[in-house]
Amino acid sequence: MSEIYAWAAIGLIVLASTTGDVLLAYSMKRVGDVGELLRRRGLLAVIGRVLKTPTFTAGVLAMAVAFYSLLFGLSWGNLSLVAPASAALTFVANAMAARIFLHERVGRRRWIATLLVACGVVLMAL
Amino acid sequence: MTFRKYLVLAGISLFATAGDSLLARGMKNLGGISLHHLSGLLLAILNPWIAAGILLLLAFFACYLSALSWADLTYVLPATSLGYVLVGLIAHFGFHEEISLTRWLGIALIAAGVGFVAAGPSVTPARQHQDAVAGSAQTVSQPGEVRP
Repeated sequence: MSEIYAWAAIGLIVLASTTGDVLLAYSMKRVGDVGELLRRRGLLAVIGRVLKTPTFTAGVLAMAVAFYSLLFGLSWGNLSLVAPASAALTFVANAMAARIFLHERVGRRRWIATLLVACGVVLMAL
Repeated sequence: MTFRKYLVLAGISLFATAGDSLLARGMKNLGGISLHHLSGLLLAILNPWIAAGILLLLAFFACYLSALSWADLTYVLPATSLGYVLVGLIAHFGFHEEISLTRWLGIALIAAGVGFVAAGPSVTPARQHQDAVAGSAQTVSQPGEVRP
């Protein structure tokens, strides 16, 4: 039974954190280079601008769902299953989502890097 | 990519790794949380390990947002996975833990992945990206919008 809970948690983590990552990446691209903004307008302007982006709030909500799913998963399932499985699947899901929704140029180099990291994460947990 | 930007990427790896470790430690203290006692999840924040973990994850989040403002998501994610390698190296050289061959192989794969993505461009060229952001405005923001 706890196995099913663990995989349900993993599925939820992957879905929620991919949604969150894409929304946050989208929001921050709209805000623009934070380092430059910080030098020109100061910290408060940066925080204000980030908080005023509606997709940012949605992204944080999705991240909160992912965070609490992770807490659930960790309290039920094995750390050695939940952590690497959700991390590896999130890497791959994010690469696909970034290509589809953010129109990032995900070339061969980035795919190889993503898959290397995902496989490495799984191997480290074996 | 300036030195400061590489520092931000390093901050993402370090803070995320340390924060997650503290969280895992705290959750082990608490034990299982059942679906019928969801309040246990809210109270989890009162555990000092979890509180410290959350503080570090906040630092991670600030670095992460900063990186996403000047680099692609598909660049930031693989480039900041060095944390996994760090944990392995600290466990071996700091705490003299045995590391199996498969774990060393995993560490090597991740390090290779990081090197691979870091050697490439960090952001999709500007003009195309502007088009992409404008084009995806409808697809991304609509399902994400939260209305009370």
